[in-house]
Amino acid sequence: MEYFLALNPMALLRAWPGSIAQGLIWGIMALGVYITFRLLDFADLTVDGSIATGAAVSVMLIRGGMSPVATLPLAFLAGMAAGLVTGLLNTALGIPGILASILTQLSLYSINLVILGKANQPVSVDNYPLVASLRYVTAGSVSSRLLFFAGLTLFLLALVAILYWYFGTEIGHAIRATGCNPNMARAQGINTNFIKVLALMLSNGLVGLCGAFYAQFQGAADIQMGRGAIVIGLAAVIIGEVLLGKFAAKRKFAFAYTLLSVVLGSILYYMVYQFVLWLKMPSDYMKLFSACVVAVFLAIPYLREKNAQKKAQKKGVVQG
Amino acid sequence: MSKDSQYALEIRNLYKIFNRGTINEKIALNGVNLKLNPGDFVTIIGGNGAGKSTTLNAIAGVWPIDGGQIIIDGTDITGLAEHKRAPYLGRVFQDPMTGTAATMDIEENMAIAYRRGQHRGLRWGVTRSDRELFREKLKTLGLGLEDRMTSKVGLLSGGQRQAITLLMAALKQPKLLLLDEHTAALDPKTAAKVLEISDQIISENHLTAMMVTHNMKDAIAHGNRLVMMHEGKVIYDVSGEEKKNLHVKDLLAKFEEVSGGEFANDRMILA
Ligand SMILES: Nc1ncnc2c1ncn2[C@@H]1O[C@H](COP(=O)(O)OP(=O)(O)OP(=O)(O)O)[C@@H](O)[C@H]1O
Ligand SMILES: [Mg+2]
Repeated sequence: MEYFLALNPMALLRAWPGSIAQGLIWGIMALGVYITFRLLDFADLTVDGSIATGAAVSVMLIRGGMSPVATLPLAFLAGMAAGLVTGLLNTALGIPGILASILTQLSLYSINLVILGKANQPVSVDNYPLVASLRYVTAGSVSSRLLFFAGLTLFLLALVAILYWYFGTEIGHAIRATGCNPNMARAQGINTNFIKVLALMLSNGLVGLCGAFYAQFQGAADIQMGRGAIVIGLAAVIIGEVLLGKFAAKRKFAFAYTLLSVVLGSILYYMVYQFVLWLKMPSDYMKLFSACVVAVFLAIPYLREKNAQKKAQKKGVVQG
Repeated sequence: MSKDSQYALEIRNLYKIFNRGTINEKIALNGVNLKLNPGDFVTIIGGNGAGKSTTLNAIAGVWPIDGGQIIIDGTDITGLAEHKRAPYLGRVFQDPMTGTAATMDIEENMAIAYRRGQHRGLRWGVTRSDRELFREKLKTLGLGLEDRMTSKVGLLSGGQRQAITLLMAALKQPKLLLLDEHTAALDPKTAAKVLEISDQIISENHLTAMMVTHNMKDAIAHGNRLVMMHEGKVIYDVSGEEKKNLHVKDLLAKFEEVSGGEFANDRMILA
């Protein structure tokens, strides 16, 4: 009872806008993870490193005097370079996909340290006109807060629109075919190696971009900030699919809805995350929480399927 | 480019050795020679492990070969990567899952095939005129698929998928059509329908084709030429009248002659 009395609903309501903003920002990363995990069928762990690379590039350039907006495309490029390395390790050198991405991830840890110079580099919203900041959500007038959300939401909608278009083009089709059935893709003249590298670059570019946003949002780039990032990205993808997949499938622009559901999955993830923190879960346990979320949501479709099969079998026995 | 062969396909002294230098070493192709004239429709028979699939895979460039030369319509393709020789080839596989992308629409699959050999860029993947063309092509199958062009291919039956894969293989007028037991995974009725479609597509587009089959009757009834393989070699090659007059028992006799009567274990379908 004491425990419940100690919970303050207002505290949760005050914290949620921050979670939503964080979810939108991580939505950029989740879209990148969707490209590799779902479209390319490649479990790419590069992202744990490339998100911090994007963050480091953005923060160091801002501290060097560049405008925060201008650092975004450069963070994207830095992420693409990371994807290129994983892609070449896999296609040109024949290293299995997961291992190739782990090698890149590990080497990025050193590279990120070189870029940052030390483990943590702050960028304060007091000194720079950052594109995103927790301050924009928690302080200032209501209209300025709404404006920030509107801008961020529009940015994500634009991203979804661009990806929707891209995966409807010839080259986008080639990526989807390569992920779905590489034998078929090659038989149709698609250079599956090139396509893999391309998709990994695109995905990690988005992850780097997310890193730039997120570093500005939290006011620092940190060498540890990418730890477990892939799990959060996967959580967003899978939550989106499990909760909204059926809804998306029946629509006319099904793929656009699927991409949107990934972003919504990311927002939901951070709202639940905040909720669990609010229930006074020690923050040390939060990585465990993230892993459990992903495990549960990955298991749901599998168990559903298995259950349906069992039922069908039982029916068969009764009738036969 | 000077043509060094007037044949639609010329295979010279083809060798393929799997797991070289290990105890599992297997000489799958042991000097295959074959010349196809333009318009030839060759059926290929032979026991398990005779090298039929390996021959087709060597032509398609699935892996590098260990010796020999492959020339398609005057162009030596021996050293080309799989995706680079795809423009010359249409392929249909035994497993209906292999030829199409299950998570993509019928029209998207066809559009991918329709861009075979072309640069793939930022143009829209399926255009309106593509759609018209695909609808016409699908109608010729008589399976009603022209009304389901935005259905995912994964939802279709094996026979429907093979029919679409055949259409896709012929869409860009390949120099050579490779069919590897493409009806073997289907029920007899569907298999017959897919074979009928194959004949139709081959004759309408005047294609040169190779069809591997375990059904001797089909091997005799289809195409203008029949090739038997054994232990990585072509051991029998008939065409024209001689082929038309073949009977299953002739093929069996031939087969017994080379294999010493050990075909009882084989998957050959006699009737
Ligand atoms: N990728 C591979 N690795 C190792 N050995 C292989 C491979 N592919 C084929 N072989 C071997 O090469 C030989 C020829 O195989 P192939 O698949 O060409 O036979 P086939 O004539 O198509 O037989 P089937 O009628 O059973 O399909 C066989 O002994 C087979 O085991
Ligand atoms: Mg075979």
